[in-house]
Amino acid sequence: MNALTPEQLALADAVVAEHRGTPGSLITVLRLCQDIAGHFPPELIERIARGMNLPVAKVYGVVSFYSLFSLEPKGRHQVRVCTGTACYVRGVREVLDRVERRFGVKAGGTCGSGRFSLEPVRCLGACGLAPVMVVDRDVHGGVTPDSACKILEGYE
Amino acid sequence: MSARLDRAALTAMRDFERAALETFAPRVFCCSGTGCHATGSIPLIAALREESARQGGAVQVIETGCNGFCALGPVVIMQPGGVLYCKVRAQDAAEVIASAGGRPVERLLYRDPEGNAVAGMDSIPFFALQRPWILRNKGRIDPENIGHAIAHEAYQGLAKALFDMTPEGVVEEVRASGLRGRGGAGFPTGLKWKFAAASPGDVKYVLCNADEGDPGAFMDRSILESDPHAVLEGMLIAAVAIGSRHGYIYCRSEYPLAIHRLTVAIAQARELGLLGENILGSGFSFDLEIYQGAGAFVCGEETALMRSIEGRRGMPVPRPPFPAQQGLWGKPTVLNNVETLAGVGAIIRLGAACHAGVGTEGSTGTKVFALSGDVNNIGLVEVDMGTPLSVLVNDIGGGVPGKRKCKAVQLGGPSGGSIPAHLLDTPVDYEAITKAGAIMGSGGVIVMNDRTCMVDMARFFMDFIQDESCGKCTPCREGTRRQLEILTRICEGKGEPCDLRALEDLAAVITDASLCGLGQTASNPILSALRHFRDEFEAHIAEKRCPAKRCVALLKFEVDESRCRKCGLCFKACPAGAVIWAKKQTARIDREKCVQCLACFQACPFDCID
Ligand SMILES: Cc1cc2nc3c(=O)[nH]c(=O)nc-3n(C[C@H](O)[C@H](O)[C@H](O)COP(=O)(O)O)c2cc1C
Ligand code: SF4
Ligand code: SF4
Ligand code: SF4
Ligand code: FES
Ligand code: FES
Repeated sequence: MNALTPEQLALADAVVAEHRGTPGSLITVLRLCQDIAGHFPPELIERIARGMNLPVAKVYGVVSFYSLFSLEPKGRHQVRVCTGTACYVRGVREVLDRVERRFGVKAGGTCGSGRFSLEPVRCLGACGLAPVMVVDRDVHGGVTPDSACKILEGYE
Repeated sequence: MSARLDRAALTAMRDFERAALETFAPRVFCCSGTGCHATGSIPLIAALREESARQGGAVQVIETGCNGFCALGPVVIMQPGGVLYCKVRAQDAAEVIASAGGRPVERLLYRDPEGNAVAGMDSIPFFALQRPWILRNKGRIDPENIGHAIAHEAYQGLAKALFDMTPEGVVEEVRASGLRGRGGAGFPTGLKWKFAAASPGDVKYVLCNADEGDPGAFMDRSILESDPHAVLEGMLIAAVAIGSRHGYIYCRSEYPLAIHRLTVAIAQARELGLLGENILGSGFSFDLEIYQGAGAFVCGEETALMRSIEGRRGMPVPRPPFPAQQGLWGKPTVLNNVETLAGVGAIIRLGAACHAGVGTEGSTGTKVFALSGDVNNIGLVEVDMGTPLSVLVNDIGGGVPGKRKCKAVQLGGPSGGSIPAHLLDTPVDYEAITKAGAIMGSGGVIVMNDRTCMVDMARFFMDFIQDESCGKCTPCREGTRRQLEILTRICEGKGEPCDLRALEDLAAVITDASLCGLGQTASNPILSALRHFRDEFEAHIAEKRCPAKRCVALLKFEVDESRCRKCGLCFKACPAGAVIWAKKQTARIDREKCVQCLACFQACPFDCID
């Protein structure tokens, strides 16, 4: 299913080996491993726990605490829609509603085809451009329900 | 290449770099902050560079951090002369370069509300009414070039602290400046340093809080992106004051550009001997690293932030012991906000009186605000403490767009509250704002027009708090859930008269019985809304009516035919084809097709949809 490739595992092991000795480095290790694997399947969590010499429960505890980390696989494109105050006041609720309907994806979920993961986030710090949507690494400001859908059409 | 600097070499480098920047060769400063990246400044900068080379290479193109006017980005400033161009596109590059030192390109200039083109930055009220102190280098330096920062006096305060002052003297200077923490609570910075300096121990930490979790706030991001050395210098001076050798900058991972610029700045400072061992040959050593957060609002709270750096769940712990005694890894620790630290270098360099003489008695200096929401000039502004909110909103911000009116201004994020329009003469001063029912907070100012429903906004903040509570204490975890449920019911038209009392009772318990600042302040948005906009709650409950026409369940989706002016704007706005309209006819809404998106409500200039 979502088994990791040997290359991914080797990269993850290298990250663990590099940070093993540094106190407090678990979150850094998790961040780098998520960059490699996209999310945290159980085998990865167990491997990190073993490598860092930590209880599996502790690693799960940290993964589930921070919103950056995901236990579920992500879609091909990450769509982050800001639901901070400035964006809310400028109508992001309507943008989110329309994107959900148009692409058949719930906030916090991934569409059936695996095209998009839709993630509401709390303020991207680009409030001057509210409402703000970030697709992968591209920031789009001043989106409307229409323009947001149009922008997303451009990502296969 | 470069050698490690001593004090004399730092000053020589400043003079050399300054002379290089002050030659009258034309220069184009193009904003390269997150906001302008989104509006296309990366291809613009490439085009400007290409054009400059093509036109003989005499014009230097310099990438800067955020200049504050993000909503009109990409923003370009021409020097000498200070001409400001807005919304510049790559295709404009040839004209921009050709205009250096000559006539400005008329069509790229800022236009005032009357439509007149304004060339000079200093003639635009948005800039003219500000006092840049923290943001003094915005739009003027390349944040990835330490030489530019040094030309503008970076690290001179550090040199003074190291060679001309004692650590006690540094603490005393900061105390005398009246500087209060800009991260929210406004705790006197000098006092915080004094406690940490007095704590025994040979290992101490200086931390910079760059988590900036407050929605609607982007001051810290802009400071880090435009002037990272100001923050590093502040941390170094704090380290001198308390005797620390190691620091961390806790920066949220949502800020990749800020992290990049900090990384570059740290490497450059190390290379010049401004970080690391034996700084400026003084014998003092300090180094720091960046720690990336992983997305949890509560990690901005100081004890939670320290747990997070230790690699654990970011859960707050009870105080005392205070971090000044037992902080990170149990050692004495000072934690300060980005903006607080960015102001320290200039205080030491210019003396406490320079800071103490600006602002009000209890709130000295300036404050950076992120102005956003329903306001014409969105952006980053810095004004003297004591400036009335109305100056911020109406003069600098240019008022509320369209025909709408300002209803309230939200300050302090989820820990704060809303100040109604009739109290806009309230000065920005810690005490005065608290008296008006909000808090200064970190500086997010969100202007809301009369189409904002205050019950819905209270619900919005409770939703935020519910998401972000770490769940450690029951009153915060469960109490805020009850509050959210009640507010949701009221917005859905199912509110009951006893609900307001229940909200207030819950608020009292949550405020008293929560462990950390998140729970202790979580009810503020509700209490402030109840204080200033109680009638709106009552309209929702008693009349099942949303006066701002925002709560979908309470709307009828009907056009009042007697008031309809047959303009058809609702028809054009409707994405679902649910508005039935033809020229010279009143509009009607087909409830079957309507998806309740409210686009028609927003489009109708005559407020005739109910
Ligand atoms: C829930 C919560 C979130 C906070 N988030 C931040 C933040 O994002 N940035 C910040 O500087 N301070 C934040 N603070 C305040 C810090 O805990 C701390 O008081 C501040 O960083 C101290 O720096 P200062 O004295 O320079 O203001 C938060 C506090 C609480 C209770
Ligand atoms: S008040 Fe809320 S956020 Fe703070 S420790 Fe308690 S549960 Fe966690
Ligand atoms: S609410 Fe939206 S869908 Fe319904 S009539 Fe108005 S614009 Fe059309
Ligand atoms: S926008 Fe308002 S006034 Fe114009 S046609 Fe629609 S309902 Fe009538
Ligand atoms: S509120 Fe959306 S970017 Fe800040
Ligand atoms: S990012 Fe360019 S002006 Fe703010």
